[in-house]
Amino acid sequence: MALKGAIVVDTEKCKGCGVCVANCPTNTIALSKEVNSKGYNYLYMANLDNCTGCTNCATVCPDAVITVYRVKI
Amino acid sequence: MDIKDIIKPENKVYGRTPLLKDAILHYCPGCSHGVVHKIIAEVIEEMGIQDKTIGISPVGCSVFAYNYIDIDWQQAAHGRAPALATATKRLMPDKYVFTYQGDGDLASIGTAEIMHACNRGENIVVIFINNAIYGMTGGQMAPTTLLGQVTATTPYGRKAELNGYPLKITELIAQLEGTCYVTRQSVQNPGAVRKTKKAIQKAFENSMMKKGTSFVEVVSTCNSGWKIPPVQANKWMEDNMFPFYPLGDMKDR
Amino acid sequence: MAEKILMKGNEAIAYAAINCGCDGYFGYPITPQSEVMETLMKEKPWESTGMVVLQAESETASINMVYGGACCGKKVMTSSSSPGISLMCEGISYLAGSELPCLVVNVMRGGPGLGTIQPSQGDYFQATKGGGHGDYRTIVLAPASAQDMYDFVDLAFELAFKYRNPVMILGDGVIGQMMEKVELRPSKPRRTEAEIRELCSSWATIGKTADRPANTITSLALQADVQERFNIKLQKKYAEVEANEVRYSTYKCEDADHLIVAFGCMSRICENVVEIARENGIKLGILRPITLFPYPKDALNALVPQLKSIMSVELNAGQMVEDIKLVADGRVPVSFYGRQGGVVPSPEEIYDAFVKTIK
Repeated sequence: MALKGAIVVDTEKCKGCGVCVANCPTNTIALSKEVNSKGYNYLYMANLDNCTGCTNCATVCPDAVITVYRVKI
Repeated sequence: MDIKDIIKPENKVYGRTPLLKDAILHYCPGCSHGVVHKIIAEVIEEMGIQDKTIGISPVGCSVFAYNYIDIDWQQAAHGRAPALATATKRLMPDKYVFTYQGDGDLASIGTAEIMHACNRGENIVVIFINNAIYGMTGGQMAPTTLLGQVTATTPYGRKAELNGYPLKITELIAQLEGTCYVTRQSVQNPGAVRKTKKAIQKAFENSMMKKGTSFVEVVSTCNSGWKIPPVQANKWMEDNMFPFYPLGDMKDR
Repeated sequence: MAEKILMKGNEAIAYAAINCGCDGYFGYPITPQSEVMETLMKEKPWESTGMVVLQAESETASINMVYGGACCGKKVMTSSSSPGISLMCEGISYLAGSELPCLVVNVMRGGPGLGTIQPSQGDYFQATKGGGHGDYRTIVLAPASAQDMYDFVDLAFELAFKYRNPVMILGDGVIGQMMEKVELRPSKPRRTEAEIRELCSSWATIGKTADRPANTITSLALQADVQERFNIKLQKKYAEVEANEVRYSTYKCEDADHLIVAFGCMSRICENVVEIARENGIKLGILRPITLFPYPKDALNALVPQLKSIMSVELNAGQMVEDIKLVADGRVPVSFYGRQGGVVPSPEEIYDAFVKTIK
């Protein structure tokens, strides 16, 4: 059995601090080259296949902008 | 498996607690305040005590805590939150009452109030954010600023001869008979966040057991004040703050 | 006939608090008002009415405990004397700025600084013009007897909740320490949780329920226009207080050619001055402001046309006299007589000073 995950980012509330990126164990997430209306490079899933839905990113997020989904396959 | 098949309500394992209001936090990117706000809101939600919890916000960056956590709030004068909490808890003993204070608020201007509230053993929770600097006023020296640390009012680094020593106020608080639980935590990685959340939950539970004051220090970052980007600030905190402010429980009874 | 008990003015404050359903007292010892908390501690009201009584670590903590209690819609109070009230002024400003009801009792002693422990009225400016920072007012009641000390506690709470504003009882060392017979009033129970919810749930921090948004008590407004709107609202409230809550008494003013204006203990001493004057054929009367804010401007103004002189008699260097001059507006000579440092003048001494002003 393996875990497969995905995240949804509230890009308008994301401030691009990158603390989540540093805490992602599977190298799934990165900061986008695009910016939101505040000018922040927001978070996105750079490597979709890597995510295990471990919730580490959402746990450390200071702005609570990440929702995590997980399935067992 | 397509991502659309994963992102379904039944597969949600972590999301924003409804106890957090919809507002965008005014804190700088990466600020520890946001994480601590979030886990306080989660604890209140999970304990089902929204209608029984009164928060008391300080003066400093977190003065606006009331804009984010969806409970009744009192906003105290600088340093006086423990006095407000004292009266609130004594007049409404069935409520969960917590103060949320920074290092300037708690360990400088409010030293008398926090010491005496803890010494009386008020059945309240104190959340103490120690980022070793004054954030809101623009990065001046705090009582907890480390020796050698550069701030707006210690431009050549804090010197003991001029500024005295960093104040380990949590160690002092732990000596007081009125406290039942005194701990120092942090929120820079998932493990630390989960530990801090457990500590905060325990503190809330203690406050209904008439055991005395529960005091949770969270060693935190101030990226703007320190002038260090968020990820590196967490590293700087681990390298410089943790040796002087070691994590762990100082008291638990 | 209701029961009358001999007690000090300070003790009357304590008994009145218990009797009128006060929820909490927070204080710090200071002469000449320490009997307030001592009496409360002796009476143990937490066993009878459930009232909380706590000795705080400072006046600063006391007033901020009052702030916390007031946030919860509770009837809370503190008492102190002049130097302690100075320390509380920050908190009183916050209470006014957050529109919170509370009672602060000031049993005045001589200042400035540590001053004396003797009676004074030197805090008139501080009490009536704000005291702390910013544009705010407290409603100020000036007792002249132990009975007033007793009766004004309940009145103060009524006004405090009516206007959601701090109310001050501005007594002095004479009134606080003097023993007099006090008639006890029928007791009022403390408000129940349901009553507080009904009365205060639109603003008080009593726990956010599903039927209303969260309440926040704060005096912070970062935007200038928001702060200005709030300040204008406060001023409207104070205007309403001035229109509705003026209290004063007069003594032999009907035929008076001359008027003494005096509050608190001085108004009683001046009654003897009136007797001496009238024995000497001088028609003297007294206007005693009972509320110092709002000031009885209209009552004074109505007397001005019949008067040849006004003298303000105060235990200070001349503070209330400025308010009298504003009303008199040059239409009648206004003089001042006062003693300071805790010296209380005799009626004869005041009469001699008065006679000099009309010669």
